[in-house]
Amino acid sequence: MMDVAVIGAGVVGALVARELSRYELDVCMLEKADDVAMGTSKANSAIIHAGFDCQPGSVMARMNVRGNAMMDELAQQLSVPFKRNGSMVLGFNEEDTGTLQVLLERGIKNGVPGVKIVSGDEARALEPNVSGEVVAALVAPSGGIVCPYELTIAAAGNAMDNGVQLFTGFEVVEAHFENGVWTLVSADGNEVQAKVVVNAAGLFSDRVAAILGDTDYHVFPRRGEYLLLDRDQGTMVSHTIFQCPSAMGKGILVTPTVDGNLLLGPTSENREDREDTATTAEGLATVARLASKSVPGVNLRAVITSFTGLRSCSTAHDFVIEPSKNQPQLVEITGIESPGLSSAPAIAEYVVSLLKEMGVQLKEKADFNPYRRPIPRFREMDIEERRKLIAEDARFGQIICRCETVTAGEIVRALHQNPPAHDLDGVKRRTRTGMGRCNGGFCTPQAVEIIAKELGIPAEQVTKCGGGSRLLVGKAKEGDLDA
Amino acid sequence: MSETIRELTCIVCPIGCTLKVTMDDGKFVSVTGNTCPRGAKYAETEMTAPRRVLTSTVKVSGGHLPLCPVRTKGDIPKELLFEAMRAVNAVSIPAPVSIGQVVIEDLCGTGVPLIATRDIHSV
Amino acid sequence: MREIGAEMERELVIIGGGPAGLAAAAAAVENGVAAEDILILEREPELGGILLQCIHNGFGIHRFGEELSGPEYAARFAKKVAELGIPSLLSTMVLTLHRMEDGRKEITAVSSAHGLIRLKARAVVLAMGCRERGRGALNIPGTRPAGIYTAGAAQKFVNIKGFMPGRKVVILGSGDIGLIMARRMTLEGAKVEVVAELMPYSGGLSRNIQQCLRDFDIPLLLSHTITQIHGKERVTGVTISQVDEKRRPILGTEQYFACDTVLLSCGLIPENELTRQAGIPLDPVTGGAVVGENRETEMPGVFAAGNVLHVHDLVDFVSAEAELAGAGAARWLAEGDHAGVKLAVRPQGVIRYVVPQTVSLPADEDVRLFFRVGEVVEKAAVIVECGEKVLYKGMRPKLLPGEMESVTLKAETLSGLDSGQLTVRLEKR
Repeated sequence: MMDVAVIGAGVVGALVARELSRYELDVCMLEKADDVAMGTSKANSAIIHAGFDCQPGSVMARMNVRGNAMMDELAQQLSVPFKRNGSMVLGFNEEDTGTLQVLLERGIKNGVPGVKIVSGDEARALEPNVSGEVVAALVAPSGGIVCPYELTIAAAGNAMDNGVQLFTGFEVVEAHFENGVWTLVSADGNEVQAKVVVNAAGLFSDRVAAILGDTDYHVFPRRGEYLLLDRDQGTMVSHTIFQCPSAMGKGILVTPTVDGNLLLGPTSENREDREDTATTAEGLATVARLASKSVPGVNLRAVITSFTGLRSCSTAHDFVIEPSKNQPQLVEITGIESPGLSSAPAIAEYVVSLLKEMGVQLKEKADFNPYRRPIPRFREMDIEERRKLIAEDARFGQIICRCETVTAGEIVRALHQNPPAHDLDGVKRRTRTGMGRCNGGFCTPQAVEIIAKELGIPAEQVTKCGGGSRLLVGKAKEGDLDA
Repeated sequence: MSETIRELTCIVCPIGCTLKVTMDDGKFVSVTGNTCPRGAKYAETEMTAPRRVLTSTVKVSGGHLPLCPVRTKGDIPKELLFEAMRAVNAVSIPAPVSIGQVVIEDLCGTGVPLIATRDIHSV
Repeated sequence: MREIGAEMERELVIIGGGPAGLAAAAAAVENGVAAEDILILEREPELGGILLQCIHNGFGIHRFGEELSGPEYAARFAKKVAELGIPSLLSTMVLTLHRMEDGRKEITAVSSAHGLIRLKARAVVLAMGCRERGRGALNIPGTRPAGIYTAGAAQKFVNIKGFMPGRKVVILGSGDIGLIMARRMTLEGAKVEVVAELMPYSGGLSRNIQQCLRDFDIPLLLSHTITQIHGKERVTGVTISQVDEKRRPILGTEQYFACDTVLLSCGLIPENELTRQAGIPLDPVTGGAVVGENRETEMPGVFAAGNVLHVHDLVDFVSAEAELAGAGAARWLAEGDHAGVKLAVRPQGVIRYVVPQTVSLPADEDVRLFFRVGEVVEKAAVIVECGEKVLYKGMRPKLLPGEMESVTLKAETLSGLDSGQLTVRLEKR
């Protein structure tokens, strides 16, 4: 019997679980995918927004500014790279200048520190590569960048190190509340019982809410396509460069990532399909065109990958974080669109306060450890650190991914450390294996071999991302030559 | 008379000359476009009884690699390629293997041996 | 405790133990460098480079007058290196390269066996080879399922690891590795549905079109590309569209091909991250360093050869080029910088690039210029000039972008030149 079951191991679910792991509680995360961070948390703009964009007085505004302020300590505890590179919104004409003024006022009302408007020339002095057509810009120094799946993995891992259980492949399809206890049933018939349930199912939070008996939510996906560029473009800008926002979102941004790449995107398109993460020729062309408007010199031939993220939007255009109106012992978290990543730490903190009000006993653990031991990052170490690491374990001397300088030792750690990776993409998200410019051409065969060995499975059973995504179909020499 | 002209790409060497072969009633008459005598011979063989070198791998037991690359020491009839593959796939040889070692003496009755093209050491 | 680091010094360090590195090492010894003063650094557990997975034949026709497989060709050079007693460190990855104040080059490398290695070398030969262009760089729209591989990754799985990456295959790009893999997969029982090539001509050798595609009735669609990848977990199919002369997909020409695998053979990119890091100037067209006729880069004492310099079709030419680099390094170690003048070599018109990009004069030997054209050209004269002076003129029946061409300039033709630049152009007949 769990005290709390968190449905969904995205950034919100993982941070809620971590927050709960401070207390003497039995907590679990139920995740339908094979890994954490597989929905919106996997593919988004990777921005910790300053908070000037949200309507004053909204839940969003409160959570964003608070979440932003919490990020330094959180990132440090979880050993996740986080950088306050600052945000800059470009104005190209008089109408934009008006919008910048509105954003400035909102920023001030929302309590965003240091937000100001600068002239076009001042903007170019800060960012020499932005367009010569920029006439003014809003600058918010508290804006930052973080890797969203890395943050989620680290939060889930730290929660697990502090006793939280993670059940992957657990898609909640049925729920009953009887005698003060929730029973959650998975698609393959497994059951988990919990006194309290937190619904952090992101893009599917309305469907999960309905399964739990709350039918008054609706979430719809907003597709956003992105282009990720080679490291040689990573220094084109230092701030996150926005264009003026519209009803459809914050516009196409150009931003460095914490890993030194340059990210362009997203497009913004409302669709009903919640699983359609295919990219389109039109979408990618739009990203390229609009990003070039902000930063004309960006080399679009340096693309190393493209992807589509699905934001989880609600018609209310605000976060909903509340005890269920219809069901007992249930907290609903839904409509977590942008700035959800920035707000996640604050949402987690707030959810725990709601649980306390609902009567969950919060007795602090004596041995809670907020710090997570990260997978060593060979590529970021100096010679002495590398020497020491290889002396401890020779596998840290074997480079598997040449482009990103990832060692066999790191891959092995990714397969065993909380939350363990089960597949190639899981290893990639934890170590950057295959994330470089060769797209895994050289390292995939070796990475597959290590995964098979460490998991004790035949190479043919290694998958790209769980389910039916097997990388190999059989052995050579055994093909059917009669077909 | 039913003279026909067929165009071929010579595969004897990487130059890949375009050959024009004149045939009469299924019989080879002449070739142009070749830059060496081997090309002329290729054209004739290709039009009458084409032959290919087969390269593949065979299973190895107890070696530092699971497979050893092999090739036919000379060309074999093209129509036998898949039959030859069946024979190649059925073979498993023990390590150590040395380069040039004969793996199959006479591949599918062609009289052409299959040889290993690298060393494999025992583990 | 194991030894966890090493400090070494060498006259000559060769980065890469593939065909280029091995030939360069042997040539350096043959030109006077003591074998023990050389060190080859190779990232794989054995010497031979990518040839070890190229089990098909066709290597060594120019060099040995016979058709060897990749492993056999590599073994001949590895044997020579062993006989000459040239040492190598295997499973060793070079991390950094830079020039020290005293002109020597410092290299850091890492391996499980030796940990961090710091090396000081007077001369360096860059022989890191190339990599394939992947899906990301091609920016193909669609889903991101399992089953998309570069042809080379598939080749490693099938030929070295013994696994089949798929059974129903579509190949994008008609580069040689893709063509070779079409045949290889077919002979292993897979069905290759189609090869789609963006350009109106093949990127590979004509003979590979014959013996790898036509032999097995595999269709080749020129001026076609994949416009969508389908499948959620594993590839289920691709949409292929015809493209116009500007390589834009033509609406209404979409065809769907069901498949479980997409292999990419869309070009090779020299692996010059170290070169760039060292601050050595690169040629934007070849993607490799700017070099002279002895394959010396613009950084004195650093040479480059093989696919790291420009992508070759035939390993025979890689070996020959690497021998120039190895001999050049030996001579540089003995004599220092060349004292004469350096003339630039410039491609013109449809000629995309020429290697070497500079020629030092006076020349003691004939100089062979290698080049590629950007489009198919029939019946044209290749002309090399210096100002008004024609240094070479020779007819070619057909020039193909997929096939590297060369001209040899006699040493005596070059004598007397001391200024200007060499231009290489085509003149249509």
